[in-house]
Amino acid sequence: MKNVLWIMLVAAVFSVTACGKSNTKGATSSAASTVPSSSSSTTGSDSGGGIAVSSIDAAQAELMRQLVVYFDYDQAEVKPEFNAMLAAHGQYLAKNATATVRLEGNTDERGSREYNIGLGERRAQSVRRLLMLQGAQASQLTTVSYGEERPASTGSTEEAWRLNRRVELVYSR
Amino acid sequence: MPGVAASVGKAVALRRRWFLASTLLAAAVAWLAPANAQLNILITKPAARPVPIAVVPFGWQSSGPAAFDLAAVVTADLRSTGRFAPLPAADMVTRPTEPAQVNFQSWRLLKTDYLVIGKLTEDSPDRFTAVFELFDVVRGEQSLGFRLQAGRGDLRATAHKISDMIFEKITGIPGVFSTQIAYVSEERRANNARRFRLIVSDADGENARVIADSPQPLMSPAWSPDARRLAYVSFEGQQAAIYVQTLRTGTRERVSSRPGVNSAPSFSPDGRLLALTLSHDNGNLDVYTLDLATQQLKQLTTDDAIDTEPSWSPDGRTVYFTSDRAGGPQVYRVGVNGGRPERVSYDGVYNARPRLSPDGKTIAVVYGQNNTYKIGAVDAANGMLRVLTTGRLDESPSFAPNGAQIIYATRENGRGVLASVSTDGLIQTQIASVAGDVREPVWGPFPRP
Repeated sequence: MKNVLWIMLVAAVFSVTACGKSNTKGATSSAASTVPSSSSSTTGSDSGGGIAVSSIDAAQAELMRQLVVYFDYDQAEVKPEFNAMLAAHGQYLAKNATATVRLEGNTDERGSREYNIGLGERRAQSVRRLLMLQGAQASQLTTVSYGEERPASTGSTEEAWRLNRRVELVYSR
Repeated sequence: MPGVAASVGKAVALRRRWFLASTLLAAAVAWLAPANAQLNILITKPAARPVPIAVVPFGWQSSGPAAFDLAAVVTADLRSTGRFAPLPAADMVTRPTEPAQVNFQSWRLLKTDYLVIGKLTEDSPDRFTAVFELFDVVRGEQSLGFRLQAGRGDLRATAHKISDMIFEKITGIPGVFSTQIAYVSEERRANNARRFRLIVSDADGENARVIADSPQPLMSPAWSPDARRLAYVSFEGQQAAIYVQTLRTGTRERVSSRPGVNSAPSFSPDGRLLALTLSHDNGNLDVYTLDLATQQLKQLTTDDAIDTEPSWSPDGRTVYFTSDRAGGPQVYRVGVNGGRPERVSYDGVYNARPRLSPDGKTIAVVYGQNNTYKIGAVDAANGMLRVLTTGRLDESPSFAPNGAQIIYATRENGRGVLASVSTDGLIQTQIASVAGDVREPVWGPFPRP
């Protein structure tokens, strides 16, 4: 059992690393491409002969696959539902000193563009602080605010706006 | 580029008055490439009583087809302001090109208040002389008469110059037809790739030229006071940096690429300083000034809030900016040497992106209320706000250099388009792009002689 867990942990870390690499290439295209596909990062626990193994590491891996934090309108506070995900990323960064991540802050299209740059930066900084609370180092984290310039979803609907108020975690190595 | 520009001629005797035109037309400049995007101006809300005017097709004093249709450009210029109702050429009973041919009574019957006639002559290959006269039909007398000389490449600019003179004579407001605008366009390709372009065009949307082109966002163009340079923000390399680019040569300098936000550049009226917004490592946006010659950086604001979107008073002593230090974004001002900022806007929960009118008395803002964003005008003296526009997502107001008009960005059928509104809110036009989304229009200064 211990071996299985160990393998799973390796798989989890590997999948994150692999995703990070593909992110760098895809960074210029749509925002959706920064979210890794689930197929490449399944850990194998499900295929273990029907035994329901729900390890901490698998949960961590699942959390690590989440790379987008969403925000409420005109808010930069991270909602509680994203705490576990950011804790997983923060712990991963704390254990992997060479890993670096770029935090890309974004807003919806409403209001002034430059003020939205400020809002996007504030969101990126909120995420940065939570990652550092888990032990990530400042040198591992960079922020960039795109404001409303790089929407994940176009259109002027509540749903598009919800998807656009976000911080994306983009691993570079 | 060939040094064509513009001599403007000596005055000629035209009936009763002599005039000396002494303004040089702006020199032609070199550009990177022609842009796809062109703009079409539609009058969405004309003046209550647009001035009836007839601009008669100009005579052509050489062989072959006319080198340029000056009257067509003058007509389009005047119509585009919403303040004039030009008579269609098809409705003109006579087409005089000489003062002696003008019969005022026949123009009065057409209910035309003003009449423009003129001639274009080819003096030598590539040298042209345009003569025009403006008549007050009601009084039956000449109001203006000028001769302008120009090279072939400056005939369109010559038409704009004529429009400027006519517009000012009739309205008392200097014309802005010889100015330029800068704006950002975004095109989405089939593979969802994006193409951002920074474009400079004449005020009528013609002569669009691409200044910068990037797959990453370009934003916040700002004119230097001499109209020779543009500052802007580019995200090339996945980080924000401010560039200052010389339009004629295309050379550019990266003036700020510090960690975090580098944004919202704005030239001081003397062109020496660039106000800008930086966040450094800690993510706290503050307004700074950067001396472009010495690179000396000076911090103007220190609040923990978002302080951004600096804009200069015309005398260069005060910097207006957006801050959400009191909760929502509002307009504040601070002396150029720092000190305690003073709040300027109070009306409503969202007033952002201040831009000062040329006389410093009015501040154009983005005014948010009930989930809609419109252009507002705040009185700099007492903070009173007037809402000027009716859109839902209006943004990026920028004053024309004559202060009579504000250009801004809005959305129409899901597309980013430009629009303009007179400073009194009474006249509105929409400036649609032929291709792609357009936004962040900034009106350039008057050309300098």
